[in-house]
Amino acid sequence: MAGVPIYYFLTLSAILFALGVAGFLFRRNIITVFMSIELMLNAVNLSFITFSYYLKKNDGHIFAFFVMVVAAAEAAVGLAIILTVFKNRQTLNIDEVDSLKN
Amino acid sequence: MQLWLIPILPLAGFLINGIVGRRMSKGFVNAVAIGSVALAFAWVVKTLLGLGELNTAYTEHYFTWIQSGGLTVNCDFSVDRLSAIMLMIVTGIGSLIHIYSIGYMAHEGGYYRFFAYLNLFMFFMLTLVLAANYLVLFVGWEGVGLCSYLLIGFYFDKKFATNAGNKAFIVNRIGDFGFSLAMFYIFKQFGSLDFGSVFQQAPTASTAALTTIGLLLLVGACGKSAQLPLYVWLPDAMAGPTPVSALIHAATMVTAGVYMCARSFPIYIHAPIAMDTIAIVGIATAFFAATIGMAQNDIKKVFAYSTVSQLGYMFVGVGSGAFSAGIFHLMTHAFFKALLFLGSGSVIHALSGEQDMRNMGGLRSKIPWTFRTMMCAAVAIAGVPPFAGFFSKDAILIAAYERTPWIFWLGVVTAGLTAFYVFRAMFLTFFGEYRGHEHPHESSPVMLVPLGVLALLSLGGGFIPIPGFLGEFFHQKEPAENVTLMAISVAAGLIGILIAYVMYIAKPGMADSVAGSFKGLYTLVYNKYFVDEMYDAAIVKPVVNGSRTVLWRFADAGVIDGLVNGVGARARGIGDVLRRMQSGNIRSYATWVLLGSVLVIVAMGIAGGLAR
Repeated sequence: MAGVPIYYFLTLSAILFALGVAGFLFRRNIITVFMSIELMLNAVNLSFITFSYYLKKNDGHIFAFFVMVVAAAEAAVGLAIILTVFKNRQTLNIDEVDSLKN
Repeated sequence: MQLWLIPILPLAGFLINGIVGRRMSKGFVNAVAIGSVALAFAWVVKTLLGLGELNTAYTEHYFTWIQSGGLTVNCDFSVDRLSAIMLMIVTGIGSLIHIYSIGYMAHEGGYYRFFAYLNLFMFFMLTLVLAANYLVLFVGWEGVGLCSYLLIGFYFDKKFATNAGNKAFIVNRIGDFGFSLAMFYIFKQFGSLDFGSVFQQAPTASTAALTTIGLLLLVGACGKSAQLPLYVWLPDAMAGPTPVSALIHAATMVTAGVYMCARSFPIYIHAPIAMDTIAIVGIATAFFAATIGMAQNDIKKVFAYSTVSQLGYMFVGVGSGAFSAGIFHLMTHAFFKALLFLGSGSVIHALSGEQDMRNMGGLRSKIPWTFRTMMCAAVAIAGVPPFAGFFSKDAILIAAYERTPWIFWLGVVTAGLTAFYVFRAMFLTFFGEYRGHEHPHESSPVMLVPLGVLALLSLGGGFIPIPGFLGEFFHQKEPAENVTLMAISVAAGLIGILIAYVMYIAKPGMADSVAGSFKGLYTLVYNKYFVDEMYDAAIVKPVVNGSRTVLWRFADAGVIDGLVNGVGARARGIGDVLRRMQSGNIRSYATWVLLGSVLVIVAMGIAGGLAR
């Protein structure tokens, strides 16, 4: 891989993160929102690994593990919440979960 | 010598009666009230006997009240010849009036409250008299004003009584403003408010400073002693119970102004312009009030204007340099005016509340003792020799003649008017046919005995050697006896009595025909020269309206409330804006989180990364 400039990977990571943010903000289905969150986390993972490779350090790898652990836990909890919301509201539309609105 | 006991005894009476008097029997209230004042009188007598000649003042120092910068004010009481006389008058006549009140107030509500206020008044008046510096005197001054307000408005369910109380206090306050300014100037000029210190330095001060101080003190005295132009509260103060009128508005409180001017004589001696002003204000008030008193129909109002007039005489005495004559007249006036008021109270009591002389008449045979004692007072005030009023009034008039002759002549005319209106009141009340519908009955002994004592004092009081006693104190020389002047003033008094006799006994219809032929003048005098109406239009209404529109609506409700409420409204407004963040819409929350994190990253980028 000698000679691939670092910014290729970083740009990819940035684009993935931006796509994740866009999906997070603009999609209506709760499950799609969660997928966007996972996408953001993966983009950040890519960024960590990139820096770890190019700086010849192991810190990035370790941190990527942490991120994956957190993503897994969060997915578990999030899916539980989605199931409960669906059971109570019969809808997966995020705009209809607004009972705190005045 | 325990001078402090003299005022503290009535104060104790006030506290006891005020706190527990409501639940106690009338006998208990009487015992506490009369006992405290009578004991104070006994203590005064004991103290004065123990002090002997009193060539120098006897001072007791209690504690340092104010110690601030250059101002040191101690709570000191002192007794000298002047305050000795005042103490005797206040406690002696006070005791008599307390005893009289047992009978007069027997059927009134708020019995314990009346005696509590009366005792509180005695406390403040005695503090005023015993004070050894201007500030403690001012404490007593204000206190008697407060008690006057409380007692005038004693029948607090009657609007005219509470209005009169307000009027007394507010008009007094104007005088107090002058007094305060005087005290400020005294401190600035002499560095102290202590009598001893101020009077020692007085001769060295500039005449301009002393004149200013003297005039400002006169303003204060005008308020308290009801002189022009601040006399308007005294006739209205007759709304209070009659013993109050006798004690406060005849014998003691209103004399505080005269006392204060006499006490400040070292200042006045070196400020001749101020003294002349005092004399002019005094004689103008005396004449003015006497003319009004001639036309009044309410018996208490006649004597109220008489008090204003006689106070004017006292001021003439002080202003003409005859301080001892002024104080002498203060004493004799206390005797016969208190008697006149208490006697009229007895008349009113006999007629179950009637005060209008047009509904009286022929009471001579029905309430004989009241008649006899009041007659003693009437001849005394008219200046008939050898009764009390003759000696004191004469001393003042002779001193006035030596200084400013025109004041003497006006004083003689006023003496004639005085005799006229007093005997008019006497003739209308006691002679002729009874014109009313009540059943007059003589008063009980508890009311008659004080009348008797005061009658004896009115008859013989002129022989108490006050001028000699005080002449030493004021460093005055005895004025030469001038028989011609004496004869002139006595003649004026007798002419006044004669005219009253002719108009009200010999030819009863004459009064109305005279009033008819001088209709304009009569209306003017009967309506007190419309002074109250003028004050109302010129001062009261503008102040009230100004307060209502400017101070209340604009400043208070508009500005201050506006500011405070405005702050609240701002907070609410900001809250309204911030509320939009909590919309319940999850996507907007997500947006805010994103925006926030972008801001943080940008800020970190600008700041160059996390601090190491």
